[in-house]
Amino acid sequence: MTTASEIGRSKLWQRINTRDIAMLGVLLVVIVVNSFARDNFASTTTVGFLLLDVIPIMMLALPMTFIIISAEIDLSVASIVGVSAATIGALVLREENMILAAFAGVGVGILAGAFNGFLVAYLGLPSLAATIGTLALYRGLALVIIGDASVGSFPEAWTDFVQSRLGATGIPTPTIAVLIFIALAVIMLHYHPFGRGLFALGHSPQAARFVGVKVEHTKFWLFVASGLVAGLVGLYWALRYGSARSDSASGLELTVIAAVLLGGVSIFGGRGSIPGVVVAVLLVATITYGFRLQRISDVVLVIITGALLIASVVAPNYYQRIRERWKLITRAKDSPTS
Amino acid sequence: MSVLTTDQRAPWRRLLSALALGASAAVVLAGCAAGSTEEADPAPAEDTETTASAEALSITYIPKNLNNPYTGVQLKGGEEAAADLGMTYLAVGALDAAADSQVPFIQTEVQNGTDIIVLAANDPNAVCSALDEARDGGAKIITFDSDAECRDIFINQVEEEEVALGQLRQLFDQIGGTGEIAILSATANAPNQNAWIAAMRAEIEANADYEWDIVAEVYGDDEDAKSFQEAQGLLQAYPNLKGIISPTTVGIAATARYLSTSEYKGQVALVGLGLPPQMKEFIKDGTVTAFALWDPSEVGYLAAYAGKALADGDITGAEGESFDAGKMGTKTIGENGRIIVGPLLEFNAENIDEYDYISF
Repeated sequence: MTTASEIGRSKLWQRINTRDIAMLGVLLVVIVVNSFARDNFASTTTVGFLLLDVIPIMMLALPMTFIIISAEIDLSVASIVGVSAATIGALVLREENMILAAFAGVGVGILAGAFNGFLVAYLGLPSLAATIGTLALYRGLALVIIGDASVGSFPEAWTDFVQSRLGATGIPTPTIAVLIFIALAVIMLHYHPFGRGLFALGHSPQAARFVGVKVEHTKFWLFVASGLVAGLVGLYWALRYGSARSDSASGLELTVIAAVLLGGVSIFGGRGSIPGVVVAVLLVATITYGFRLQRISDVVLVIITGALLIASVVAPNYYQRIRERWKLITRAKDSPTS
Repeated sequence: MSVLTTDQRAPWRRLLSALALGASAAVVLAGCAAGSTEEADPAPAEDTETTASAEALSITYIPKNLNNPYTGVQLKGGEEAAADLGMTYLAVGALDAAADSQVPFIQTEVQNGTDIIVLAANDPNAVCSALDEARDGGAKIITFDSDAECRDIFINQVEEEEVALGQLRQLFDQIGGTGEIAILSATANAPNQNAWIAAMRAEIEANADYEWDIVAEVYGDDEDAKSFQEAQGLLQAYPNLKGIISPTTVGIAATARYLSTSEYKGQVALVGLGLPPQMKEFIKDGTVTAFALWDPSEVGYLAAYAGKALADGDITGAEGESFDAGKMGTKTIGENGRIIVGPLLEFNAENIDEYDYISF
């Protein structure tokens, strides 16, 4: 029964639930508190720096949301970012054309994603195991491709573009591309049969197959999409930091997954929304930024983000349980009279 | 069933509350934006800050990463000097030594209008765009430990050549000029480690006495456990290994700990850069015969004095300028804005007790 109702509820405006709204509320509170606590927080500088920092996480979180909703996971995303950045760096080091290097980097991302997809969809490996393997594999490839070099000699026009801001708003230009990706993700997940298929897949692959979801096909393309986005992030990473190394973005996959879970996506699949994830990514980034501006140690920061994640997972469960208990009580009261 | 009915009517309420929240969000954001237009241009805001801070300059140290004993010693020197000079001292940093991890901290200092930023670059490329923004805002940039191009002054512990040659000399004294040796470094991209290793390789190539075969160069990433495992792996992979050079305090301590409990204790020579208090037990138990370093606290100390001189306009970072460096006397800026702290200190069983002060 839940399956049917959940699938029916996959439209966006129906999926904006109390949890997402609570998260949005928390985000606003964090912004307001920070603005009052530090007079230099509410400024265009903050907007610029914060968004520049958040773009890789936001981008990677979108396909990750799709993948986790369909009850899979991709742990190799940060390694794909690394191998993509390394490819771009190695080509730039050989003084190849930057356009060629950029395409190669994104292409390597797509290939890496396709390999993940092949392992999971067609060989039937559990994605947790398969992508732990490719996490190490792709990071190793990055080291093979670029060695211990740290490449920073990118064309200035490219690095300047990535760092450029939209007029006086402080908003970095690449944000436009991110907004387009978010819009695409919302449409695909919440307004397209493909998205409904993912929710079904997350609940039960067998049931999804019966209602006509091409399970292998869907999973394969999910991982390809994840690879494509990671490839793009690799390009962004190299240009934004002006540095491509074998260890670019290492460890980022956990930040991304944590943000996705904080955004209300169920780790067991079948539940979640893009707006929830977008808010969660911004929330973590804003808390981090605010704390750093206050010069609160990163040691405290990791504790806070960890606690937040646990609280966000635990709280709705308790809320649900209390609500159901309450319903039982009220129904018990109602039934004799009716 | 009741679940379904609530679900059917709830969307309206949800939509309404979402709209309400969205509207309040817009108001708040507009408020922020309005606030920001008043100080839209960060430059004038910082000007007022620098005039205000004429009484107390602010200096912030951004080491490679926190939780590293070596960093702790450097910062202690910085804190001492900052207190002497009446500057506001702060140390911030990431937990890991990744390329990008320092960028958010530099951004934060830009926004806080810090006068002097002292940084040990994890990646000379990655930090530069952020440092340039800091310089545009009027901050003075000093690099220590590991250099980046976009700075005013680089505080160099000891000449790179001297660091590399000193370690080779120590190894030569112990095992002679032949046999298989390996290098256990920090991260694959650490500029200072790579510079030393390059100098070592060049010297081995050029010097007829040194006929070692460098069989491996591994990276412990300046993490204790990883370095320990790398040391273990080296000895397993190369049973004929005669010596290990570890030009990093985390690496040499972890390697020494592994050697001291293994059958290779006393069989494989270990040299490199280590902290005396950490290495003392391995000198005493015979695992390590000699190692080297400088006084890291002097690096942090000198950075504060150089920063003060820069901020006061006494120096610009040009070659030949000199300034007062407190207990370290007068220091002169060398070629390319570099200041050398002093000679390499070499430690062995006889003198190690004298250097307990190089501790954290």
